[in-house]
Amino acid sequence: MIKNSIGALTVLAVAVPVVAQEQVIRIGHVGPITGAIAHLGKDNENGAKLAIDELNVKNLQIGGKKVKFELLTEDDAADPKQGTAVAQKLVDAKVSGVIGHLNSGTTIPASKIYFDAGIPQISPSATNTKYTLQGFNTAFRVVANDGQLGSTLGRYAVQIAKATNIAVIDDRTAYGQGVAEEFIKGASGKSKAVNIVARQYTNDKATDFNAILTAIKAKNPDLVFFGGMDAVGGPLLRQMKQLGINAKFMGGDGICSQDLLKLAGDAVGEGQVICAEAGGIEEANKQRMADFRNNYKKKFGVDVTLYAPATYDALMTMAQAMVKAGSSDPAKYLPVLAKIQHQGVTGLISFDEKGDIKDGAMTIYTYRGGKREQIAVTR
Amino acid sequence: METFFQQIINGLVLGCMYALVALGYTMVYGVLNLINFAHGDVLMIGVMVGVTILKFLQTAAPDLPGIVKLGIAIVGAIPICVIVNIIIERVAYRRLRNAPRLAPLITAIGVSILLQTFAMMIWGRSPIPFPQVMPTESFNIAGALISQTQVMLLVLATAAMVGLVLLIERTRMGRAMRATADNPRIAGLMGVDSNKVIVMTFAIGAALAAVAGVMWGANYSSAQFAMGFVPGLKAFSAAVLGGIGNIYGAMVGGILLGLIESLGAGYIGDLTGGFLGSHYQDIFAFVVLIIVLTLRPSGIMGERVADRA
Repeated sequence: MIKNSIGALTVLAVAVPVVAQEQVIRIGHVGPITGAIAHLGKDNENGAKLAIDELNVKNLQIGGKKVKFELLTEDDAADPKQGTAVAQKLVDAKVSGVIGHLNSGTTIPASKIYFDAGIPQISPSATNTKYTLQGFNTAFRVVANDGQLGSTLGRYAVQIAKATNIAVIDDRTAYGQGVAEEFIKGASGKSKAVNIVARQYTNDKATDFNAILTAIKAKNPDLVFFGGMDAVGGPLLRQMKQLGINAKFMGGDGICSQDLLKLAGDAVGEGQVICAEAGGIEEANKQRMADFRNNYKKKFGVDVTLYAPATYDALMTMAQAMVKAGSSDPAKYLPVLAKIQHQGVTGLISFDEKGDIKDGAMTIYTYRGGKREQIAVTR
Repeated sequence: METFFQQIINGLVLGCMYALVALGYTMVYGVLNLINFAHGDVLMIGVMVGVTILKFLQTAAPDLPGIVKLGIAIVGAIPICVIVNIIIERVAYRRLRNAPRLAPLITAIGVSILLQTFAMMIWGRSPIPFPQVMPTESFNIAGALISQTQVMLLVLATAAMVGLVLLIERTRMGRAMRATADNPRIAGLMGVDSNKVIVMTFAIGAALAAVAGVMWGANYSSAQFAMGFVPGLKAFSAAVLGGIGNIYGAMVGGILLGLIESLGAGYIGDLTGGFLGSHYQDIFAFVVLIIVLTLRPSGIMGERVADRA
């Protein structure tokens, strides 16, 4: 007990002079810094660090006071349990806002803790639709969600790939089912000529798809949509070829990987596979992004891995809301954040009433000559 | 009609693999009254060894014809699976032979988890693409397509089953196995070395699982450390369906189960107007199992075992 109060006194003694000089705004960042996708978490953290350093160079004033931004980073190891534990830690540390988490699986449970504490949270990369459907006014994201991805693919299938008879398979996971259902909505909303001729299901551990593919073949589809991951998508493509189904094959970011080529072998026909990923850089933003990549490389000595630009944008958007509101008090800047328009390196950032990014960009890819090739960036 | 015929082919191919694995379950049960729940993972080891051999051959001898490479992979996978299964028998079952029945069941599950973990450490967590060695071009039989891999599988499975029947019905070792299955104590008194018979049984079961495993990988084109569990469970159901302990039952049960699964998954959506869908693919096996066991507890070709005691 005595030790504790001495500790508290020491903290006070140290903290008081700092407060007198300038106001410190603490922003939390959470991502997996350990575990299988630690490289992605580190990339995000670097993006956030870059934003903090740029903000501090600018000598910003908020509410007439000189401010200094400070980044508190935590590791959730992509584990939901650890995610909620570190979320509580950040709340206890009285951060003004949180950037993160990286995975949907950690972002969703943690969002309740931030919401209860009234602390705004912007995820740079969680795409599960549930995150913004919980009615939390503190939850935002700067990346298109799985629903937007699915419906964009649906529109693309009908309008550009000119599919009329479509078969849909999903792996019954939250992700696969969600993408497939949004795809059907997006495809059938656009044209009455479109038929969903077959609806089949599998699971994320299955290896035998002959039975469902034979049933699909009988319906003569010109496009097969698959909601699921590349581990299933690859063998599925090979078995399609074996059964003589020559339809186009479409899917979300789950199949949109380099691994698909390895898993599917020569069953990936030229331009046969169409897939999409959230995020994408249009012509107009190319220069801004190139500058960002240069700065990043100069500072950290490595190239951007994946979501660092989105993390950077998320933090900058939050800081801009604080400047505009003239306060780093969550209650005061939160309404400003909800209505903000911020020109980031990934494009224009503004949120809809749920906290999802408005018109989030998506990139559509295909595979040609054993390589993934970008077809279009669409919103 | 084409579709129906295609589903029959799909079912036969799947059923042959179930049958090969089911034989392993049923033979071990025949001599030991034990369900070797690690048998599905022996299949997985077969697939993994097959992948490793094929990957090696792709770089070491790229000009060999696909069928030869696949043959080498099978021949290479068999001894590994046999050794693994013999070790399992030695380590997990032999000392427990006179223990209550529950004990070897638990060690079987333990061995299953152990094998999966080892495989995960050696080959990693992610699915591995099975090297494509056979051409994808298929034969067209009345509108239904059958790939060269599938033809090879059907030929191999038939050969293996005929060979097994001959071994059991016509050889000295086969007679010893039948005698041990019938009554181990009296067989022992008649000079049958029961340990030898049991090791032989495990070895044959593992060899059949190795064949099924490599062909499983070649036909469905992926491999992963946890992939043995579901096929293993279904092959076990096939063995029970046919009448556990009876090798003809395992063959019939396996093929029947493959057909039911393919036809069920292929038609359930249309038959129920979309109310039930192909996500029920994995439960057909078990529904049929429950129905058959309710009507005929000893399975389709099984004999009553109650008189054994």
